[in-house]
Amino acid sequence: MSGELDAVDRRIVNVLQGGLPLSPTPYSEAAGTVGIAEAELLDRLRRLLDDGYLSRVGPLFDAGALGGAVTLAAMAVPPVRLDVVAAQVNAHPEVAHNYERDHRLNLWFVIAVLDAERLAAVAGEIEAETGLCVHLMPKRAEYYLGLRVTA
Amino acid sequence: MTRSGDGHSPDALDRRIIAATQHGLPLCPRPYAEVAARVGTDEDEVIRRLAAMQAGGGIRRIAAVPQHYALGLRFNAMTVWDVPDTDVDRLGRDVGALEAVSHCYARPRHPPQWPYNLFAMVHGRDRDSVEARIREVAAVLGDHPRASAVLYSRRVLKKTGLRIPEPATNPASDPPPGGRPCSD
Repeated sequence: MSGELDAVDRRIVNVLQGGLPLSPTPYSEAAGTVGIAEAELLDRLRRLLDDGYLSRVGPLFDAGALGGAVTLAAMAVPPVRLDVVAAQVNAHPEVAHNYERDHRLNLWFVIAVLDAERLAAVAGEIEAETGLCVHLMPKRAEYYLGLRVTA
Repeated sequence: MTRSGDGHSPDALDRRIIAATQHGLPLCPRPYAEVAARVGTDEDEVIRRLAAMQAGGGIRRIAAVPQHYALGLRFNAMTVWDVPDTDVDRLGRDVGALEAVSHCYARPRHPPQWPYNLFAMVHGRDRDSVEARIREVAAVLGDHPRASAVLYSRRVLKKTGLRIPEPATNPASDPPPGGRPCSD
């Protein structure tokens, strides 16, 4: 992490969080909305990505809506085994996010697959590798409001 | 397990486009032309495929994905609540409408160790601001919760977008899990 966000950076994060147009020249159009030149937008995006303020710029796929499946999963891992088990879980490319949390169920991760049948298989592989139970917590309903940074 | 309804599943070209864009679009004036060159089609076809996936809900949006941690929101708490099933949708909408809450979901309980069915994610710059926001959530829920817990994140162990293997690697014939040693 180097450097701080200036007002233009913050405006870029807020505007582009809302979406890029699906056109041949999305950055040019987004730059117009932000009020800067396309080349400056591309330079700043490169820096925001390099510095870790943005994880990526692109499509946010919903594996469930693509015929696949997504679920939150939780495991109760003995604390002395946590790093080893986390590495075993993370080794699966279908695991998207993984957090250590403050609870007896201390490992929380998302499994996303494009082929729905793979979900149970991935959970089963993790259980076989670790000898620990994987509790699947798929969403039943979503009540969503986006997060914004102060511009 | 959230499954789609529209029955359109991605074909081989869709999968190549997903694989080529899931880590982000190229940062150049014609990103879709660049993607097209990588997957062996043309720019119009890439845009058409992405538009179809977006129309079907397979793409939520095409956007910048912030790192909340780097943006100064260093603390996140997963607040979980056991509320009556008959009230969960109404309460979820009220909680999800709070500015302090970034995501709010209903999920299944796993009794006896996990009685909670409503999840609300709260972010903040420090522990005090997160705790203030949790009190906002608690105020909205009033006396509906029978139990609750707050799970602070200790470490981010992995954060990536959807990852799919390259096409033609679909070991869907794996045996289902079950009968394996499994303990908490």
